[in-house]
Amino acid sequence: MSDQALKRPISQPRDRQPDLTSTWRVSWVISDTIVMTKRNLMKYIRLPQLLVFSTIQPVMFVLLFAFVFGGAIDTPGVDYINFLIPGILIQSVVFGSSQTSVGLADDLNKGMIDRYRSLPMTRGAVMAGRTLADSIRNTFVVFLMLGVGTAIGFRYQDGLLKALAAVALVVLFGYAFSWIAAFIGLLTRNPEIAGVAGFIWVFPLVFASSVFVPVETMPSWLQAFAEVQPISATADTVRALMLGTPVEKLWYMLAWMAAILAVFIPLSVWKYRRLT
Amino acid sequence: MTSHADAAIRVEDLRKTFGDLVALDGVSMTAPTGKVLGLLGPNGAGKTTLVRVVTTLLQPDSGQAWINGIDVVRDPQRARMSFGLAGQYPAVDENLTGFENLEMVGRLYRLSRRGARDRAHELLDRFDLSDAGDRTAKTYSGGMRRRLDLAASIVSDAPILLLDEPTTGLDPRTRMGLWEHIRELVDSGVTVLLTTQYLEEADELADRIVVIDHGRIIAEGTSTQLKAQIGGDVIQLQFHQSDQLNRAAGVLDRVGAADPQVDESELTLKLPTGDAVSDLMATVRLLDTHDIKPDDLRIRKPSLDDVFMTLTGQPADAFDDNGDSTGSSQNQTAGAAD
Repeated sequence: MSDQALKRPISQPRDRQPDLTSTWRVSWVISDTIVMTKRNLMKYIRLPQLLVFSTIQPVMFVLLFAFVFGGAIDTPGVDYINFLIPGILIQSVVFGSSQTSVGLADDLNKGMIDRYRSLPMTRGAVMAGRTLADSIRNTFVVFLMLGVGTAIGFRYQDGLLKALAAVALVVLFGYAFSWIAAFIGLLTRNPEIAGVAGFIWVFPLVFASSVFVPVETMPSWLQAFAEVQPISATADTVRALMLGTPVEKLWYMLAWMAAILAVFIPLSVWKYRRLT
Repeated sequence: MTSHADAAIRVEDLRKTFGDLVALDGVSMTAPTGKVLGLLGPNGAGKTTLVRVVTTLLQPDSGQAWINGIDVVRDPQRARMSFGLAGQYPAVDENLTGFENLEMVGRLYRLSRRGARDRAHELLDRFDLSDAGDRTAKTYSGGMRRRLDLAASIVSDAPILLLDEPTTGLDPRTRMGLWEHIRELVDSGVTVLLTTQYLEEADELADRIVVIDHGRIIAEGTSTQLKAQIGGDVIQLQFHQSDQLNRAAGVLDRVGAADPQVDESELTLKLPTGDAVSDLMATVRLLDTHDIKPDDLRIRKPSLDDVFMTLTGQPADAFDDNGDSTGSSQNQTAGAAD
């Protein structure tokens, strides 16, 4: 793109002064969001190491649980590898959401957010671009994990379409979570702190859920928590779609997602507008 | 209150506190269209807070601000079309090339795809970055980042430009290069509000200077007017040994309009005087009698440094204690005294 543009003569009539009365036009929201998404994705293209290393951790988790803990975990009626992979897809996008916190805090720290806030762009575009870029990265990570899982014995049981629907749910769920992470990033303002703060709260959620183990083995008080929280609902739904068992919690999980988005999109945009 | 046509920026009784810290304590001022207004003050004086309020980044506790006649609190989105901002630290995405940085800003200013690309090339050319345009900004030097940041701030051709300490952290040569770019912008008719803690910078670039300290405006005028405030001239002697300096200070105790000001680190002695010729003759006589020979002796008009000393009771050099990127202000203030 830049090569081709370089050959252009430098002074051409420009369409400056846009029509201010239509600042809120939907097309501008979309255009700003695309510009921001592209900008955030460029980081992975310019720093491919970042993508490589951010996939190593999820892959380690697959191998760790499949070969180290897996033998000790009893999952009645299903091979542990088939139980594990749907859950670990969710674990990887939820852990990955801390990158949203870090990215936004880094932009704040380096003054990029000041620049964006001084531009007549739509207010939510910075976060929308960040969360979308992170979802695209998540999609890549999820397919990579499926590849690794398949290599060590995972097989989806109920057709490609349902498996893909499961993947879509995982990515959507990751998207909702990255809006929570966006809010945390705006609150902490510092990438180091955001890295820890964006990670610590998801830990108990992920481990006290049906991601790695059946919740029935937990003490009843913990089981009560694991049953209601969104990560178990998502893990159960994704697992059911991939293994061909009855899908029971789809609406419950979608309601959680909608609730997260309904709370954290306005909260993040509010925080963004009121940054100092 | 309704017409602000002649004022590019106007603020009225702005107040802003952060906890116990009073950042703006009732600031009122105007920046006339087509001129450069220098906002001069030490770190923590409130310069950046003022810029952030005017550029819609910060809500004031009370008071009003207009930019290009638009109320920044009531109509921030429209106000944002009227100015460009180069903040205290270059807001440059390190993972994008110079070209991509400018193109992105152009797109966010709602230029067309083509328009944003053309503008990016034009600006790279103008700021001597064409050769580096395809490299990621990570590889840029401090001066190049500043130039790219300045280029990004004028992508929309806005009539008003706010520069918050545009040369902080740059070496003297790079600083002068950046001044040239700023002057070119001013010549093209842009109104500039420039904050600086470098007296020399305000002197070089600003038509009018507003001196701010502890959130209040303490002086206002042209550089010449401000210098006139302390009146008279300064006799300045330069030594290369501190014992000579101290002996001279003792000998010249009675000469001049006030006590000699001794600067041990620079080995200089300043004598404020209301009658330069008589005091100079007395100085030379006394030094000759006591066999003291300075390396340099001159009469000069007071510098903004002296103005600061008079207005705030502390030398400008003392200001860089709490800054994190003001390593070279020592050189600057020394260089300003001529």
